[in-house]
Amino acid sequence: MQWEIVIGLETHAQLQTQSKIFSGASTAFGAAPNVQACAVDLALPGVLPVLNKAAVACAIRFGLAVNATIAPRSVFARKNYFYPDLPKGYQISQFELPVVKGGELTLLVAAGKPGEQPYEKTVHLTRAHLEEDAGKSLHEDFHGKTGIDLNRAGTPLLEIVTEPDMCSAAEAVAYAKALHALVRWIGICDGNMQEGSFRCDANVSVRRPGAPLGTRREIKNLNSFRFMQQAIDYEVHWQINEIEDGRAIQQATVLFDPATGTTRAMRSKEDAQDYRYFPDPDLLPLEISSAWIAETRASMPELPSEMKARFERDYGLSAYDATTLTASRETAGYFEECVAAAGKSNAKLCANWVMGELAARLNEADLGVAASPVSSSQLAGMVARIADKTISSKIAKDVFEALWNQAGPDADNIIEAKGLRQITDTGAIEKLIDEVLAANPKSVEEYRAGKDKAFNALVGQAMKATKGKANPQQVNELLRKKLAG
Amino acid sequence: MTSAYVESSLTALADALAAKAISSVELTKLFLDRIERLNPVLNAFITLDRDRTLSMALAADARRAAGENGPLLGIPLAHKDIYCTQGWLTTCGSKILSNFVSPYDAHVVEQLKQAGMVTLGKCNMDEFAMGSSNESSYYGPVKNPWDIRRIPGGSSGGSAAAVAARLAPVATGTDTGGSIRQPAAMCGLTGIKPTYGVVSRYGMIAFASSLDQGGPMAKSAQDCALLLNAMAGFDGRDSTSLDRQAEDYTRDLAQPLAGLRIGLPREFFAAGMSDDVRAAIDAALAEYRRLGATLVDISLPNSGLAVPAYYVIAPAEASSNLSRFDGVRYGYRAPDYLDLADMYCKTRSQGFGAEVKRRILIGTYVLSHGYYDAYYLQAQKVRRLIADDFREVFKQCDVIAGPTAPNVAFELGAKSEDPVQMYLSDIYTIPASLAGLPCMSLPCGFGAGNMPVGLQLIGNYFDEARMLRTAHGYQQVTDWHLHMPEGL
Repeated sequence: MQWEIVIGLETHAQLQTQSKIFSGASTAFGAAPNVQACAVDLALPGVLPVLNKAAVACAIRFGLAVNATIAPRSVFARKNYFYPDLPKGYQISQFELPVVKGGELTLLVAAGKPGEQPYEKTVHLTRAHLEEDAGKSLHEDFHGKTGIDLNRAGTPLLEIVTEPDMCSAAEAVAYAKALHALVRWIGICDGNMQEGSFRCDANVSVRRPGAPLGTRREIKNLNSFRFMQQAIDYEVHWQINEIEDGRAIQQATVLFDPATGTTRAMRSKEDAQDYRYFPDPDLLPLEISSAWIAETRASMPELPSEMKARFERDYGLSAYDATTLTASRETAGYFEECVAAAGKSNAKLCANWVMGELAARLNEADLGVAASPVSSSQLAGMVARIADKTISSKIAKDVFEALWNQAGPDADNIIEAKGLRQITDTGAIEKLIDEVLAANPKSVEEYRAGKDKAFNALVGQAMKATKGKANPQQVNELLRKKLAG
Repeated sequence: MTSAYVESSLTALADALAAKAISSVELTKLFLDRIERLNPVLNAFITLDRDRTLSMALAADARRAAGENGPLLGIPLAHKDIYCTQGWLTTCGSKILSNFVSPYDAHVVEQLKQAGMVTLGKCNMDEFAMGSSNESSYYGPVKNPWDIRRIPGGSSGGSAAAVAARLAPVATGTDTGGSIRQPAAMCGLTGIKPTYGVVSRYGMIAFASSLDQGGPMAKSAQDCALLLNAMAGFDGRDSTSLDRQAEDYTRDLAQPLAGLRIGLPREFFAAGMSDDVRAAIDAALAEYRRLGATLVDISLPNSGLAVPAYYVIAPAEASSNLSRFDGVRYGYRAPDYLDLADMYCKTRSQGFGAEVKRRILIGTYVLSHGYYDAYYLQAQKVRRLIADDFREVFKQCDVIAGPTAPNVAFELGAKSEDPVQMYLSDIYTIPASLAGLPCMSLPCGFGAGNMPVGLQLIGNYFDEARMLRTAHGYQQVTDWHLHMPEGL
């Protein structure tokens, strides 16, 4: 029977500010426990929060990047609950009036199975709001006790909430990846998932086509795309089985266990707390002037969506290529430098090399594009030689390898030094072909008898004789001419 | 024999110190000796630290010797125990902070230290400033120096008793719904709650954040103005602190009162005010008329809703503000518990007193899902109506006058079993608190049991100087503020 999957994501992106959202303490990761917790973070009696404008600036940048409404007036509210790593007994967040309302993100969902095509998907955002992170409870190393580290307490977060727009784990992962790329692109979050700078909760439910929304379960704290895929796939499978076995889904919060690949309920709806939200009287409403928004807009980089459209328009790239190249600002920047040096007409060739050989080698070496041993101008130099037929694509791989190993300052040097220049002199090639024909009478005979395969063998022999330096197209043409003649 | 200095005004003390007629150490010792003798009876102080106090006095004398000469340099004062004071026990009148030594100074404390004032000690108060009689303190009730069988008012009852008994020349207080004005009235003092946002709340332990405001408690309006000069000022650590130019609150004191329009809210003079209070208030108003002021009949139609609205808003904020006292990081923690929930439960059950628990419960209730709109939001709307009432009447008058409290100080225990009766002690002080307006109480006579009666003045926003001048003009022609309890 048919099932529809409905997924909404809530993402906590840690904002890249120097200090915390309501105190002057540093947000740097990895310090000894509690050394980055000041009086405000410790919630000493009498201390008060003061909003960090840099965190607001991040929220504005995000709002502009997803084409959302930046609220001219939003309100910080207290979310009240007791937990040892929540020093005040409440979290300062935003509730009724968030700083960012609406917005959307368009992404490309990769093909899941062979034969499928990648497709575009627009995910609508409900809101994004500013809030502070809690500290950490450390249960290991304390023998029956719990250690509290408040370094993270008060770290600024932007919680980004989507509509239940996604219909598969693949879509959810594609959204999360696009969001991850975007927050890094606009410089508001470092995206470090291991350190918890970017973490997602997935609300998952299933229903029959056309039926009202099913009861959802929320998978908490997904901190890798792989786990997200696994967790959602498992959860969907589990929910369908439950319903098909006649059991109703209970609203619950669940955790994904990567060791077993399963989700398990953490608390049910009955345990749901009443957070008693109310406006924080210690903070004035957050007012954002249109001037501040305009100023921020002027400082925004070209967004990946805009750049993608431009790549398609100006360089004639496919949607897939344009999306891949705009996955990060660094990759896009590298590609554009490459095109600038190699010429616009060679854009597709540049794209192929950046997404193909370069990406593969970087991935293998676990390097970012910024640390690439082959610079964009070196790659462009090589692409230009492919384009002007100085070298073939096949030979280019050797040139690239040499550039990667720093065997020469640029492609031209390497081509000269290694004698890789393509043979384009018709006379020379004809001479070679004559030699090949003389040496392979059997193949010639077969070809003339109608065996096309024999032709390929002759081309291969000719190429081999030139150590691959002959222009394959030219070889083809001349060979046909000779055989015909 | 009582030295004349314990009765002196701040200006007289400043003059004596400047003339080197007395040193800060000598002056401080006079008060410390008096505290030593009288505090066991009055219980006005929770914490005293003679050595620490004298070292501050010594430092003040050194600053003077080095050429400094500020108006408050070397003058001792007492702090309400709601202000965090570095190195001092800071309890807020609660068991839950019975072991809390503050690692930092409140903004107010910092400012007064900078001015060279000497901390005599930390004054008793209602637990977390919740009370009107000082009976909710974990450290025992404060006695009214005018009659030790009676309450001194609250919550700044220790500060009021200390100044009234001349254990300190001035003291700091805080006012959420009347906690400076009502004890000032009960103890025959002058006390002012400035416009919300004038005095930084940084380091002032929060009761109800949208209402709390620090202010001075003193013998006269002039002393209040001098102390307020040092307490007020913008502080970037408090987001509700107002970034305004510093002002001298003494600047208008000498201005005559002729032509001043004093509004008398009908609702404050209706049934509820006792006859002795009414007589003293009426006499004070007659005095104002003699001084050339005009009395204007005004109405604050929504003031009757103030007490109920206040008892939704203040407990709501308090229930959240007091969540940090959880036994995890500092303060009292129950000695035995089974698990985390049990630790929270026992720590807070044992650490908080009955009145604080009552308000946490009320506050938790009114913020709960399904009740928020009916209580909290509704109360906020009422709050706006009350503020609008004031905005209207300030078109007709310059300052508002009325009683501070409906009765003189009652006897200890008289209302402690009936919280609603207790809450009604603040019926006249709460409206101005909800509106965030500056307001004060000054002594205007004696009522039943020869206990002091307080006249309340309410000014328009940032109009402290005019309000203080209204009080000062009266104190120039009357001597109620100079009376001192006998037999101490």
